[in-house]
Amino acid sequence: MSEAAHHRPTGLSRWLFTTNHKDIGTMYLIFAFMMAIIGALMSLVIRAELFEPGLQLVDPNFFNQMTTVHALVMVFGFIMPAFVGLANWMIPMMIGAPDMALPRLNNWSFWLLPPAATLLIISLFVPGGGPAAGWTLYPPLSIQGGMGMDFTILTVHMLGISSILGSINIIATILNMRAPGMNLMKMPLFVWTWLITAFLLLASIPVFAGAVTMLLTDRHFGTQFFDAAGGGDPVLFQHIFWFFGHPEVYILVLPAFGVISQVIPTFARKPLFGYSSMVFATAAIAFLSFIVWAHHMYTVGMPMAGELFFMYATMLIAVPTGVKVFNWVATMWQGSMTFETPMLFAIATVFTFTMGGVTGLMLALTPVDFQYHDTYFVVAHFHYVIVGGSVLGLFTAVYYWLPKWTGHMYSEGIGKLHFWLTMIGINLTFFPQHFSGLAGMPRRIPDYALQFAEFNMWSTYGAFLAVFSQLIFFYLVWKTVKGGTKATDQVWEGAEGLEWTVPSPAPYHTFETPPKVS
Amino acid sequence: MSEQTNKKTATRLLLVAVAMFGFGYALVPLYDLLCDVTGINGKTQRADVSETKNQKIIFDRIVKVEFTTMVNTNLPWQFKALQKKISVHPGELTTVKFLARNISDEVITGQAVPSVAPSKAANHFKKIECFCFTQQVLQPGEEKEMAVQFVVDSKLAPEVDTITLAYTFFNSAKNIKPAKTDTGSTKNQSVAVVVNNSK
Repeated sequence: MSEAAHHRPTGLSRWLFTTNHKDIGTMYLIFAFMMAIIGALMSLVIRAELFEPGLQLVDPNFFNQMTTVHALVMVFGFIMPAFVGLANWMIPMMIGAPDMALPRLNNWSFWLLPPAATLLIISLFVPGGGPAAGWTLYPPLSIQGGMGMDFTILTVHMLGISSILGSINIIATILNMRAPGMNLMKMPLFVWTWLITAFLLLASIPVFAGAVTMLLTDRHFGTQFFDAAGGGDPVLFQHIFWFFGHPEVYILVLPAFGVISQVIPTFARKPLFGYSSMVFATAAIAFLSFIVWAHHMYTVGMPMAGELFFMYATMLIAVPTGVKVFNWVATMWQGSMTFETPMLFAIATVFTFTMGGVTGLMLALTPVDFQYHDTYFVVAHFHYVIVGGSVLGLFTAVYYWLPKWTGHMYSEGIGKLHFWLTMIGINLTFFPQHFSGLAGMPRRIPDYALQFAEFNMWSTYGAFLAVFSQLIFFYLVWKTVKGGTKATDQVWEGAEGLEWTVPSPAPYHTFETPPKVS
Repeated sequence: MSEQTNKKTATRLLLVAVAMFGFGYALVPLYDLLCDVTGINGKTQRADVSETKNQKIIFDRIVKVEFTTMVNTNLPWQFKALQKKISVHPGELTTVKFLARNISDEVITGQAVPSVAPSKAANHFKKIECFCFTQQVLQPGEEKEMAVQFVVDSKLAPEVDTITLAYTFFNSAKNIKPAKTDTGSTKNQSVAVVVNNSK
């Protein structure tokens, strides 16, 4: 065992056959970054077309493919793999385990991703083009689409298997591999949020896999699940989809909450305020996420009782989420704060995520949702939550742990430049969309009425700024990997936890003998 | 930690995943059941003549029943109700007529799908005979009169004074792809939407 564990292949086969959690984590992160570039370029196609009214650059069918594939790439190709990458890198180091519980499975979970992504990209080039039904894949559009839709369905299957295997691995690692003395309520919050996220994945992804399988059999094998002519019901798909879809948005954001809960105490130099309430709030959010799905479909014609139930249940989520936000603020309260780049990103995440949360409450109100439904207000809301919550959370994590991964300090000046340009970019992109949405601009349409022109122009400027600012991030990471000031083991003055007790860069194998946790 | 424990945990979790996949499928009958019981999907009730015969007719209450017809784009038929609306007493057996015509030069089988609004009336709108119970075959150019026999149950909530029965006729042939997915036709559709928006 120990001989095999110390064998470290080199070259291509190292990456193909690796079972090392750090290698796999790195591959996840690189893959996610590549997907982020592809998804961002698609968003630029969308924003360029919407720069001014009228049809300029792309034809409407291609525009619809862009909105669909942009969302699928960003959700399933970028954010989810990026957080799984972080989990791979950090969870074993944070709980004092030598590796993930099931290393071979881990390798397989990763290597399912590149073929899946390839399949999705290929779909854009087949006759009829890629999926154009929106990422929600609602029938009847998704039943009528060309073979690009079949490619997409198989992509979803592969990505789904990958995340299910990944989450099984994460749960097994956390439950079985903790160092002696590390009981559940001593685990770092990033580990806790990932444990809960993994259960969410396990319970929701298979339902989505079932839904797209039904789509597939409806399309080719004569079943009639969603075809009204054969006695099926398209609204049924919406129910099944959102039964998965709502937990999915918490899958995207809970690990970011975990990251924030690591970073803020470090730079406030105070322990996290209300640790156990954080754990229970996370669990409460996870539970509630399974009983609120129909708030995405108030307008399908539900009975009043249903709309009321989903409205109240949805608004209830604001309670545990509020607990988290207040805990973060209370952690900062009277702390000796410093504002290194990870801290800036962490505070920004709390701020922008809360803005998205507030518009979420507005959307939860059934009577007003009838006005907001399918407008740019919804687009603004979920981009504030997903970009402002998950993506900024990812940047937080990368800046926070980069010195531990590479052994070098990044350039604080370039990091801050990246931070400010990104913040200006994303707020310029998404803030005006609140107004165009409230004024009635519908989403997923390549043209719009003249009165929305200014808002859209700002949005487009912001999008280009936000995307091109990421070149700075790429340069910074590249430079830090190549060299720089040597990082200490603890890296940050206020950092606590097992991952800061190992050398920087973290050696290939850590905690082969479990540490003692007091 | 032993490999054994990890494998055991993994197997259990895999079972959870498989069970949730099954649960996704279980949602289909659950959804139908819920819609049937509550009538929230506008699904109408099918009844026997015997069931309705001994219902008392409530002569001092009048309910207006309106009929709407739609034809799915995949079906080259014309389809209309021969009477736009009718007033009935709860408990009274009523027959109304619809007319469908095949305007293509092919033999086509169609299937009508009914829906009742408001949804709280759906459980009390009982059909004894309906052309939607079976598929309808029309020869090229054939015109066909089709009947619906129904009873509005006397248990209908008192605040409901109008019921709308909507039929959509679908082409029951499998795998008809409407307007091929070449970009040309979709383009026109989108442009139409755009024009609509910018007025």
